Amino acid sequence: MKLPYYPGCTLKTTAKSFDASTVASAQALGIELVELPRWNCCGTVHALAKDDVMHYLAPIRNLVRVEQMNDEGLVDDNRVVTQCAMCYNTLKRANQSAKEDPEKMTKIRDFMEKEPNYRGSAEVVHMLEVLKKDGFEKVSDRVEKPLTGLRVAPYYGCLLLRPRGFGIDDPDKPSVMEDLLGALGAEIVDIPFKSKCCGAYHTVQMKEVAADLSHRILSQAAEAGADLVATACPLCEYNLGDRQKEIKKIFREFESIPVVYYTQLMALAFGQGEEATMFGENDPDPRPILKERGLI
Amino acid sequence: MEKNESEMITIYVMGKKHLVPADLTIMKAMEYAGHQFKRGAGCRGGFCGACATIYRTKGSYKLQGALACQKIVEDGMYIAQIPFCPAEKKTYDIGELRPEANTFLEYYPEIARCLSCNTCTKACPQDIQVMDYVQAALRGDVEEAAKLSFDCLSCGLCAVRCPAEIVPYNIAQLARRLYSRYVVGPTEHVLNRVEEVEAGDFDAEIEELKGLETAALRERYNKREMRV
Repeated sequence: MKLPYYPGCTLKTTAKSFDASTVASAQALGIELVELPRWNCCGTVHALAKDDVMHYLAPIRNLVRVEQMNDEGLVDDNRVVTQCAMCYNTLKRANQSAKEDPEKMTKIRDFMEKEPNYRGSAEVVHMLEVLKKDGFEKVSDRVEKPLTGLRVAPYYGCLLLRPRGFGIDDPDKPSVMEDLLGALGAEIVDIPFKSKCCGAYHTVQMKEVAADLSHRILSQAAEAGADLVATACPLCEYNLGDRQKEIKKIFREFESIPVVYYTQLMALAFGQGEEATMFGENDPDPRPILKERGLI
Repeated sequence: MEKNESEMITIYVMGKKHLVPADLTIMKAMEYAGHQFKRGAGCRGGFCGACATIYRTKGSYKLQGALACQKIVEDGMYIAQIPFCPAEKKTYDIGELRPEANTFLEYYPEIARCLSCNTCTKACPQDIQVMDYVQAALRGDVEEAAKLSFDCLSCGLCAVRCPAEIVPYNIAQLARRLYSRYVVGPTEHVLNRVEEVEAGDFDAEIEELKGLETAALRERYNKREMRV
């Protein structure tokens, strides 16, 4: 199965491990993710102010590219796969808006002029939705090295679940990541704060805000006995992971806990190597605990 | 339809009406009308990017861009030259940079203002995918940005039109420098030639040329060996 793949800028810069582990683990499941030959910024959620038509150009153009890929036979599916929570949220909501607001689409078309029009045929999906639709038994069938004994706390953050109607799962009681990690053989550690805010972009100007919020989430995971936290968002990974240096400055008793992308755990369970898992990119380093559990 | 050589059309240069032959380029038509180029003209062959021009045709809302030495005049064309584009150009030591997204953001932070509106692409007289290379730079894909922008002449039309006030051609130049330095790296034939130059292999030839009269120099130039 060949699916259009929209990685977004973060997976190409600070979240390369998310990109590599996504492509490799999908390959292991027989899913070929074909990166859009031409793509631009998703637009980010700031693009979604109702009256700001100019900012809709970015997401809509990406959806045009997905249609072009289908027209050219590069892929055999109208679903475009995203991983970054920001890209997923922005593209999906812009797509919905394009279908529901003909007036806005007319304005966009008038501006884009000779560029191809968006016909509205693309569907924006998250990788977790693709895996769920194919069935998690397919995932468990492919496991070579079950993550037995590894205690993982799934963390969703905000953009994958909200607003209601756009998320990949029930915003109050999500379970898709639990189901996936369970299929990999991991032990699930449930934490009440799994969809609370990590601090998001406050991390740029108010590090201490992100540190404070992330500290609450991580402390819950540690108290519940988790070995590590799994996430599906590059910004969450950064705030929960790299920001632990700031957390330690504020909360001296805090003990670090690794944070990884769920795809890295997939690649690990599928028996793929360091070029796919890229655990060396995570901070704090998850390798000591993975060694301790006999997984690497 | 074959154009009659003597057919004359009307153009407006900075608002002033002129009758000019229909088969001239904008540059030649302006000279025909009595303008003399001191800036805004260079190679006259579509290679240097000095003659950026904006124009509107009769009855059209579209503001278009072209190189004056390449674009043939049209009846009712309103023309203005952009002989110079005020643009922020940063000084950097290429040897101290890294081929990644943050390098572009550090020197040209306005790149993050890109709306993906594609106006730059539509303004480009070279048909370059300008927006695509700006976006490639933004995600640190130096190779893609360098390759997509290879035909750029730095005429400045993209920078004049960008609503986010980005100067795409300076981004492109930085991308190509980073690509050459860090992705391709030094090439053997260039290193060898530099060595030959430094060893003085060409000194005698240069000295000989320095001593030649103009006529002899011209003859040597005309008979020079061309290798492509």
